[in-house]
Amino acid sequence: MNIELITFFIFSTLLIFTCIKVITSSNPVLSAINLVFSFFLSAVLWLLLGAEFLSIILILVYVGAVMVLFLFVVMMLDINIAKKTAAYIKYLPLGIAVFIAFNILIIYFFINTFENIDYNAVKNIEIISDSNTQNLGYLLFTKYIIEFEIAGLILLLGIISAIVLTYRKNPKNKYQNPTKQISASKKDRLKIITDLKE
Amino acid sequence: MEAIFYIIKTMISILVVIVPLFLIVAYVTYSERKIIGFMQSRMGPMRVGPSGLLQPIADVLKLVSKEIIIPTSANKGIFLTAPMLMLIPSLLVWSVIPLSEYFIISNINAGLLFILALTSLSVYGVILAGWASNSKYAFLGSMRSAAQIIAYEIAMGFALVGVLMLSGSLNLQNIIYAQSGSLFNWYWLPLFPLFLIYFIAGVAETNRAPFDVSEGESEIVAGFHVEYSGMAFAMFFLAEYMNLILISILCSIMFFGGWLSPFQGTVIDSYLSFIPGFIWLSLKTLIFIFVFLWLRATLPRYRYDQIMRLGWKVFLPITFFWLTIIGILIYLEYLPL
Repeated sequence: MNIELITFFIFSTLLIFTCIKVITSSNPVLSAINLVFSFFLSAVLWLLLGAEFLSIILILVYVGAVMVLFLFVVMMLDINIAKKTAAYIKYLPLGIAVFIAFNILIIYFFINTFENIDYNAVKNIEIISDSNTQNLGYLLFTKYIIEFEIAGLILLLGIISAIVLTYRKNPKNKYQNPTKQISASKKDRLKIITDLKE
Repeated sequence: MEAIFYIIKTMISILVVIVPLFLIVAYVTYSERKIIGFMQSRMGPMRVGPSGLLQPIADVLKLVSKEIIIPTSANKGIFLTAPMLMLIPSLLVWSVIPLSEYFIISNINAGLLFILALTSLSVYGVILAGWASNSKYAFLGSMRSAAQIIAYEIAMGFALVGVLMLSGSLNLQNIIYAQSGSLFNWYWLPLFPLFLIYFIAGVAETNRAPFDVSEGESEIVAGFHVEYSGMAFAMFFLAEYMNLILISILCSIMFFGGWLSPFQGTVIDSYLSFIPGFIWLSLKTLIFIFVFLWLRATLPRYRYDQIMRLGWKVFLPITFFWLTIIGILIYLEYLPL
């Protein structure tokens, strides 16, 4: 057994364990933390596959930014001990339905893909350097430029729509105007009262 | 056999980095107190040892021997893991930092990305510490800190994109090699606004003054680590100073040529070639550490909304603008020099 296989087994076991913890722990913050760990562990698995760029980006984007915001929101909620049993029974039929649907999809995908897979698709990629990142960047900006740009546009749309959905101008809001504050001078704030008797 | 030898070699090189690092952290705290004391016309620590030189050791002894108090309603597991989550990423980053031309624990291809990913992790320590303490002050501190770190991380990442564009590599040694030539080949010159933004964002990322709202003692006692004592507090303390040194050393690597001699390309260079690169790197780093301490002694704390404004509305547009300019200059082949 080589060291890569041992690492794979350790990390994938941990990954499954943390994934189960995500859905079973009663505390939403603990679930979120376990989700962070599972992202981290799957990043290690990607690293084992030699996808260094993707695995580090997974940590940077998902662990470093998305999950921080997630935790941020979850921590604000005051539902430390969720009504566990009641929720389980209530959502059990839906859960089973989703589980079966996903399994059908995965099995369908596996049967179809492994039969008609084009093994040359990977080989046809032009490799320009040893660096995984450089290769990926080259591909993204030449062969897949349109897909890349579309993905960027969709993300931009997401940003804009999130702002549009949440932005409400409240007239009662006591908003401070920073430019006005910065431009305040001594003359605006300070009034020297001279003694009237003199 | 070879594997065992390799592991032992790596272990030794890790120890060679980590052990001096802890000592440096101890003496950075000492120099902080001395320098701020000097700036405020005080003496700083004077009692323990000659001119207070043994003060950090006394502090460490005190922190180690103190009891770790766990609040009754705190989440014990997370409460005790949070300081470790803070310290581990800041120690891990040192594995890819080139300390000289020949000494680097692991010379990985995606070093720059690795650093970005790991520095983004230290926010978990702050958030979880604040949440697990079950205290209003700690929670407020961690909320502030999380928003601040996310805001500044983006500007920080984009500042490093400039370095990436000029050097064309994510490997830290290659980034340093790309800066060789002379003082004016270092990236501080073409990337000057990005360098300033990187450094200021670094100050914000480490929660140091003037961006230390997460532990603003006048408003929220001590922020996220208000409930911590003894060794658990010491770990937060250690992580903060570790991050301070880290940002300083990263600044000198990314923008000031790392271990390159500043006299490269001049007549004096051949006379100074006996000085190892590590000395140059340390000198550059010490200057940045000094600036960190200087800022703390000089500037008042930013107001929270002004911090957010600075991060999102000032730094981010400037980085975008400058990256465009750098891109155009590279396209017209004016850069890299």
